[in-house]
Amino acid sequence: MSGADGRGPQGLAHSHDHGHDRREHGHRHDHEAAAHGHSHPFQPDLQEPSQDWEFLEIALRELLIEKGVLSAREIAEKIDQWDRRTPQNGAEVIARAWVDPDYKARLLADGNAAVAELGYPFEGLELIAVENTPQRHHMVVCTLCSCYPRQLLGIPPLWYKSRAYRSRAVREPRAVLAEFGTVLPEDVEVRVLDSTADCRYLVIPMRPAGTEGLSEADLAALVTRDSMIGTAQARAPHPAPTA
Amino acid sequence: MRAADLPDARFRVGDRVRVRAAYPPGHIRTPFYLRGRTGRVIGVHGAFPNPERLAWGEDGLPPIPLYEVVFAMAAVWQGDGAYGARDSLAADIYEHWLEEAAT
Repeated sequence: MSGADGRGPQGLAHSHDHGHDRREHGHRHDHEAAAHGHSHPFQPDLQEPSQDWEFLEIALRELLIEKGVLSAREIAEKIDQWDRRTPQNGAEVIARAWVDPDYKARLLADGNAAVAELGYPFEGLELIAVENTPQRHHMVVCTLCSCYPRQLLGIPPLWYKSRAYRSRAVREPRAVLAEFGTVLPEDVEVRVLDSTADCRYLVIPMRPAGTEGLSEADLAALVTRDSMIGTAQARAPHPAPTA
Repeated sequence: MRAADLPDARFRVGDRVRVRAAYPPGHIRTPFYLRGRTGRVIGVHGAFPNPERLAWGEDGLPPIPLYEVVFAMAAVWQGDGAYGARDSLAADIYEHWLEEAAT
């Protein structure tokens, strides 16, 4: 959990920084105190841990390190490994599917094998790719928790884990889509995929019009994280510069 | 395990199924809002260890077939939601949560 949220060692570093900040910015606080009668930090720092799960995470991490089960470096490396998985990986997969119909067929038939072909192993869970078409738009949610194709796309955005998104996506999907700027005609079927079990879903957005001449790399730049979750479409290409 | 390896699966693609209206305690991966709702099997993902047993630290074996079931939004929310007439919702449901539905 700590690795997945990227908040491991920061918690430790933070408690050391606190006193330092206070000394460094003390004069600023004094000015503010004079003006307002009480002091505010110029900019709020990271929140101190306050929730049970945060204390549990810190306690577990410190115990694992103290008992030599894991080292701080191993934990930091794991966090780094997760941080290096980004939506860019997924964008490469989508761009390949757009330019290579055989690859797209393989991706739809066996997502795990197809992304592994491009150097992105996806293990332990089924990766299911679903294709958006002019008739059907897919949108992924996990109402139970925050299931997401992390092995390919990295850590999900905060809103994906919010109660608001999780409860509203299944009940009023078009209202949620509209808040992402995605308005679909009534004759398009919106299919919400509730990722409830051992499968992870990757949406293949529709290839934007006017992209016939683009390279695979330029196409990948049009594939956003949200378009692979299905809350948005892929970006339209920039108009070609007139030489 | 792939769908082709599941000769014993109770349901097939196209079958109408109803999610059991059961409310047991514990770690359940069948969303509350789908209990008692009727849909159609559109895929068989394979068989997976039972998460309800894994949650207790058990091995969850034998694996249970997992189906992709699609529901009309109208069948799920019965008016208590905002959706288009064609909109749908698909979820992955383990076999022991499904029963045959009248066609």
